[in-house]
Amino acid sequence: MQHMWNFAQLTDLIHGWLYETFPPAWALAFEMIIVGIAVIGLFAGLGLVLVLMERKVSAFMQIRLGPNRVGPKGLMQSLADTLKLLVKEGMTPDGVDRFLFNLAPFIAMIAAMLLMAPIAFAKDFQIWDLNIGVLYVTAISSLNVIAILMAGWSSNNKYSLLGAMRSGAQIVSYELSAGLSILTVVVLTGSLQISDIVTAQSNGWWIFKGHIPVLIAFVIYMIAVTAETNRAPFDMAEAESELTGGFHTEYSGMKFALFFLAEYINVFIVCAIGATLFLGGWMPLHIGEWTAFNGIMDWIPSSVWFFGKTFFLIFLMMWFRWTFPRLRIDQLLNLEWRYLLPIGMVNILLVTVIAILKWHF
Amino acid sequence: MGPASLIVLTLAAVTFSVIAILLSRIVLKASWNPQKGQAYECGIPTTGQTWIQFNVGYYLFALIFLIFDVELIFLYPWAVVVRQVGWPALVEILIFFFILFIGFLYAHKKGALKWS
Repeated sequence: MQHMWNFAQLTDLIHGWLYETFPPAWALAFEMIIVGIAVIGLFAGLGLVLVLMERKVSAFMQIRLGPNRVGPKGLMQSLADTLKLLVKEGMTPDGVDRFLFNLAPFIAMIAAMLLMAPIAFAKDFQIWDLNIGVLYVTAISSLNVIAILMAGWSSNNKYSLLGAMRSGAQIVSYELSAGLSILTVVVLTGSLQISDIVTAQSNGWWIFKGHIPVLIAFVIYMIAVTAETNRAPFDMAEAESELTGGFHTEYSGMKFALFFLAEYINVFIVCAIGATLFLGGWMPLHIGEWTAFNGIMDWIPSSVWFFGKTFFLIFLMMWFRWTFPRLRIDQLLNLEWRYLLPIGMVNILLVTVIAILKWHF
Repeated sequence: MGPASLIVLTLAAVTFSVIAILLSRIVLKASWNPQKGQAYECGIPTTGQTWIQFNVGYYLFALIFLIFDVELIFLYPWAVVVRQVGWPALVEILIFFFILFIGFLYAHKKGALKWS
C-alpha cells in the first residue's frame, strides 16, 4: 500500500526506463517533455479546483448553495466557465501599447510557473531542489509586480494605471514582511534548501517547536502573502467599486483568463511555501520521540499531508476575504510600515536568541 | 532536475499561454464597431491622455522599500550561518538594525510614511 504513494520510486522507475530504452539525449528530452506536460496539467487542474473552491467557500460563508447545476454538485462549473472564456473575444482596445499589452500575461504566467520548481509536493518529489530554494521563491515572486505594472501602464486606461500603481506599492511593501517571516525559519534551520527545511521538521513542525516568535512570524506571513497576492481585504489593486477592474480592466478573453489563472496559482504557491516553512510541508505530524504515534502518522501518504496543509491555508485566505472589510490604501501602507515591519524585525531578533540558546525543541 | 528545469518551466508557461490564446482565436467570432475599441472608463468618451505625469505618492515608499529590500538580501547569508557563529552574529545584526532603524526613524519623522 505504502509504495503506491511513493513518488520517488515512480520517478526513478520512469527515469530508469527512459534511459534504458532511448539514447541519453532523447531520454533527457522526453523527461523534460514529461515534466512540462505534468506541470501544465497541474497548473490547469489547480486553476479549475481553486476557482470552484473559492466559489463554494464564499457560498458556505454566506449560507448559500453556490454553483450546483453543472455536473454533480456543480463540480463541472469551472470547466464550463473556462469554455465560456474560450469563446470570448480577446480584444485589444485602441491606443494601447500593443507589445507590452500582449507581453504582460505571459510574464505573469512565467513567474507563476517558475515558482513551481522548488516546491516539494511529496517525499523526494520536487522539480529542482536547489540549495537557495527559499531565496529563489522570494526573488521570482517579486517578478509578478512587473507584469502588473506592465499591464496597467500599457492599457491606456486611467483606472488600470492607478490600480497598477497601488498594486506595485502594496506588493513591494508587503514583500518585506513576508521575507522577514521566512527568515525566521531560515535562522532556525540554518539552510535555504527546501528539503533541508522539511527534514528539520521531522520531530515536529516549526510552528510548534519555535515557541511564540514563530507563531508571530506565521501570522505576519499569512497577512503579508494575502496582501502580496492582491486578495481581499487587501485587494486595492482591483477594488471593484473604485477602479472597475484595476490593472486588468482592459483585458478580456483568454488574456484575462491567464491573469486570473496566474493569480490563483500564486495563491497556491504562497500557501505551499507557508505550509512548507511553518507546517512541515510533506512531513507528517510527528511529536518528538513518540515512535508509535509517528509510525501511525507515516501511514498517511506525504502528498496528502502536503496538499491538506496547503489547502487548509488557502481556505484560511478565503476565510479572510469574507471576514474583514477592505482597507483604505493609507491604512494598508500604515499597517505594513508602522506595525508589521517593526514587529517582524524585533521578532527575528527574538528567534535568533532562541536559535543561539537552542531553546527550540 | 537541475537548472534545465527553469527552461522547461518557462517553455511550459509560454506553450500553455500560446495554445490558450490561439485556441480562442480559432473558436471565437470577432466583430467590430467603432465604439468597441474605446477605453473602459466611465461610459462617456475619455478626456485627456493616460500617459501623463501625475503625483504618484508612492515613490517615497519605493525608495524606503529599496533600502529594506537590500537589508533583507544581506540578512539571508547571515540567517544561514547564525547558529554556527552564535552571539557575535547577534551583536553584529543588532548594530546593523540600529543603523537602519535610525534611517527609518528619520523617514518617519520627515513624514515619508504618512499618507497625504
